Amino acid sequence: MGIGEIILISLVKILLIISLLFLTVSYLTYFERKISAWVQNRIGPNRVGWKGLLQPFADVFKLMLKEDIVPEKADRIIHLLAPMIALFVAFSTFAVIPFGPEVHLFGYDIPLVVADVNMGVLFVLALTSLSVYGLTLAGWSSGSKYSLLGGIRSSAQMISYEISMGFSIGGVLLLSESLRPIAIVESQSGWMWNAIVQPIGFITFLVSAFAETNRLPFDLPEAEPELVGGFHTEYSSMKFAAFFLSEYANMIIASGLIVTLYLGGWQIPYIDLLGLPSGLVALLQVGAFIFKLVAILFFFLWVRWSLPRFRYDQLMNLGWKVMFPLSLINIIWVALLIMIFGL
Amino acid sequence: MTLEIVLFVIFALVCLVSGILMVTRVNPVISALFLVVNFGSLAGLYLTLNAQFIAVAQVIIYAGAIMVFFLFVIMLINPEHEKRFLEYKPQLKIFAVAIAVLVFLQIAYIILFSKPSEGVSREVAASVKAGTIEQIGRELFTKYVLPFEAVGYLLLSAAIGALVLAKKKFK
Repeated sequence: MGIGEIILISLVKILLIISLLFLTVSYLTYFERKISAWVQNRIGPNRVGWKGLLQPFADVFKLMLKEDIVPEKADRIIHLLAPMIALFVAFSTFAVIPFGPEVHLFGYDIPLVVADVNMGVLFVLALTSLSVYGLTLAGWSSGSKYSLLGGIRSSAQMISYEISMGFSIGGVLLLSESLRPIAIVESQSGWMWNAIVQPIGFITFLVSAFAETNRLPFDLPEAEPELVGGFHTEYSSMKFAAFFLSEYANMIIASGLIVTLYLGGWQIPYIDLLGLPSGLVALLQVGAFIFKLVAILFFFLWVRWSLPRFRYDQLMNLGWKVMFPLSLINIIWVALLIMIFGL
Repeated sequence: MTLEIVLFVIFALVCLVSGILMVTRVNPVISALFLVVNFGSLAGLYLTLNAQFIAVAQVIIYAGAIMVFFLFVIMLINPEHEKRFLEYKPQLKIFAVAIAVLVFLQIAYIILFSKPSEGVSREVAASVKAGTIEQIGRELFTKYVLPFEAVGYLLLSAAIGALVLAKKKFK
């Protein structure tokens, strides 16, 4: 393959992923509203289109037509920059998440991942560590007390939970012996899913993912009874939409990471034994990835509408005194497994 | 011109411009943000040198962790007084310029009078291999295990010290 072909194939993959992500994000808002309606015994959006299926587009038009208000005391440039940082980080993380096996298409071997880098997991950690800036700067630049409190809360929360997240990933890396997401997926062949081998690490990672994406029960940065709207109080129109989009994109990425690291990625256990043609197997495996992703996303929504919000000190206690030790125990557990069974 | 040179020029330009802007801005928050941009472009430069692990560590540790704490401090103490510090004592500028010139001369001396190829005669493939996390991990836990553990204990003692200091305040 020449360099032109590599660039062309990468561009096609990037376009595909970005457009799919935008579509999924907009319909995720629809499902959020529908599921919340079911949980609360309401009907939910049902006016725009059949069963309200065109509601996301109506929302987008509404947000675009709204006036963009910048507060007088705000730092205009940073106020504009903050939602861009949030959106950039949320969308670029998906570059290293593999959503299918290598396929043969038009005579090329194409791995179904935008960038197959050998430190993919570290790339994700680097980008999520940058996502703090979007929220913190939004809070600071608005020139409002509520925004600043929300921004500071978000950074403290994300830094605290990044630690247990990193240590839970450590358990996965011990087993896969590689930082390449594809190698991590391949190390979980059969039923050797990390969620089954190291359930404690799975739970700590899941909880940290909730905290990192600022979803309920950890949505302290935008706790509306205390902080009006938290870090995005002073945002309106498409800038607010950018934060909204990045929150949902972060959810999709967190789900993609959970599937890749703990649920065997695109693999279906023992599908090789059925003797299906390779094209069909690849298609089924992409379908399996999407199915697992959607299941985790549903779990995210389900938890949001079932659990009340934590108090701030409870959040910190949970992060530092429960999740952090548990993730350390998980590393010892995995190390013992390797020592005894030689996995 | 190869892709490597193009990338080097881009990252080096971003690095220089953001560095200059970091020093010249009045608002400390903006300065801190330009320092973050500077760290990011440095990470890009490390990547062009095949030092992938250092590049990622640069982003995770400097841009992602240390600068967030810097920003925290700047936002919380709101240094209005420090902004006008130089207006009270303009003679301090002389020291600042002197130190900057001294550091610049040191770096210029190192770059001009040391031969970079000396002692390092690795092939490209070997240098790519030396930058991977596997290689760095192996070196850290075999050849440099004693200094590595020593640094670990140093960090542990620093963490305990911070804990003790933070606890005293609440009494």
